[in-house]
Amino acid sequence: MRDLRALVRLLRDPAAAPKVRDWTSLLSAARAESLAGSLAFRLKGLDLPEGVAERLEDARRSAEQGRREALWEAEMARRALAPLGVPIVLLKGTAYAAAGLSAAVGRSIGDLDILVPRDALPRVEQALLAAGWEWVKEDAYDDLYYRRWMHELPPLIHRERDRMIDVHHTILPLTARPTPDAEALVSASVPLENGLRILHPADMIVHCAAHLFADGDLAGGLRNLWDMDRLLSDFSVGGYEFTVELRERSWEHDLIPAVARALRLARALFGTEVDTVLAGRPRLSDRLFIRRLLARDGWGRERRPALRLAFYVRSHWLRMPPAMLARHLWTKARR
Amino acid sequence: MNHRFELRVGPVAFRIGSAWRGPVEALRRLYAGYPEPKGICDFTVRLEPERPWRRALRPSIAIRGDFMLPGAAPLSLAHGLLAAEMGMNLQMALGQRRFLLLHAAAVERDGKAVLLTGHSGAGKSTLSALLGERGWRFLGDEFALLDPESGLLHPFPRAVSLKNESLAVFGEVDGARLGPVMAGTPKGTIRHLRPSPDAIARMDVPARPALILFPRFGRDLAPDSRPVGAAEVFVRLTQASTNYVALGRRGFDALSRLVSSVPARALDYSASEEGVRLVEDHRSK
Repeated sequence: MRDLRALVRLLRDPAAAPKVRDWTSLLSAARAESLAGSLAFRLKGLDLPEGVAERLEDARRSAEQGRREALWEAEMARRALAPLGVPIVLLKGTAYAAAGLSAAVGRSIGDLDILVPRDALPRVEQALLAAGWEWVKEDAYDDLYYRRWMHELPPLIHRERDRMIDVHHTILPLTARPTPDAEALVSASVPLENGLRILHPADMIVHCAAHLFADGDLAGGLRNLWDMDRLLSDFSVGGYEFTVELRERSWEHDLIPAVARALRLARALFGTEVDTVLAGRPRLSDRLFIRRLLARDGWGRERRPALRLAFYVRSHWLRMPPAMLARHLWTKARR
Repeated sequence: MNHRFELRVGPVAFRIGSAWRGPVEALRRLYAGYPEPKGICDFTVRLEPERPWRRALRPSIAIRGDFMLPGAAPLSLAHGLLAAEMGMNLQMALGQRRFLLLHAAAVERDGKAVLLTGHSGAGKSTLSALLGERGWRFLGDEFALLDPESGLLHPFPRAVSLKNESLAVFGEVDGARLGPVMAGTPKGTIRHLRPSPDAIARMDVPARPALILFPRFGRDLAPDSRPVGAAEVFVRLTQASTNYVALGRRGFDALSRLVSSVPARALDYSASEEGVRLVEDHRSK
């Protein structure tokens, strides 16, 4: 296995399982991309070679436990923040799990990500600190950097449960060129039974795309693109109405290029049915993105160091203007 | 990767890839006679240069794999075998989800398994390996695998890691069973011992736990054996398990069942022979 094509093929079409020759490599690659649980649920019930089914059962159990812990962590945050009366919007994995979306099936969930209105940040921060969360980074520059330029507070970790929470007030760094409408994200959010909220479906797609293509260096990107495929197929029942909403929300949040890229790549890799108008025509650069997303071998090793570096540089380029980037790197390098 | 080795130890199979020939050859010698994995390997371990140029230039081994700890210190190429062992331990500690994993040694006789658990330096490895040379079946010196469904212990008879003074205790075993002496490792001088042929031949035969022991080694300790209450045993075993929390309810049920059905004792001893005698005393009772 020289890249992740075999993993993609199997996620896309579980019936291809009999063609897999090297399950050890496939499992290693899936683990390295945090896709082992998703793959295991995808292949559940199929007739698989000796030993494979048991290993996948372990992965399913592990993902189930992860889901339970993630939802418990959300409940802990809910209890700590409920007295404030501010809307708390779950993001990413925890949101998918809380909403019972198919993107959550087998998905690994790391930190708890929440979105709150920006003017509520100081109160949210105080309430979390009072309830046992504490700062991970004590560095003054990092702290100031987060507070001035980032879309989230510096990460907090709970001192007993050892779990991180990222408190967002918008979905992209303030220094990034697109400026999503954070107020609209909160006001359009949908309440769950327990009082927590999730993003409006179209905003959920926009956020997933922003996270993939307007921020970061595509590390773990294949998992996020799989989220995209799952979300789009869940929401496709919304039909034309949803298509229009997604077009509108992508435009309002200034993120049409990122959403279009996400649709094209999901279609290219996972065969996702997408809005061809919004997706636009294939671009030459899509191939670079695909190559980057698949750059891992059957030992779980990262491949294509030059391409990875290029995307790393791109992520900083997207995140801040050149003069600021220079200052930032200078400060980081000097300590 | 350039060099690879596959190994099955009891119910767990490993794939080890290495950028250098040395560690894989050492593994092949140490694990001679072990079975091949059936089909798929549970875990992958990679021994690779920390930076690309460190393969030839002042080679240093970074331990990587399916599961990794950030910031783990690299080892020198001379300690390649230790790196492979640490890599396998890491996969088990972070990735094992089928069995409740106890940081414990285990031996069995007449179908009854004895678990030896305690802090490192308590003598688990030395005691279990010595018992393995004295008619007991050696089940493992590092991890005990408790099956949550059956309540049985599955053997995991990896090579024993003998440290510092305990090396001298095994002067009489067949030299072919011993790995290279590795001096100056982060854990002192280390030498690996392949378990006896019987322990390897019967690695697929689980055993029913019958006794939990908490050995404590100290030059000045008077030999002693005393019962330990169930609540204390439970708490100490949750601390000795690397995946108790990750297993959720299965872990809790498995551990409750073990603790409520198996007696536990604390052992103090000041010499290996004395420790062996104390364990054997419990068998006759």
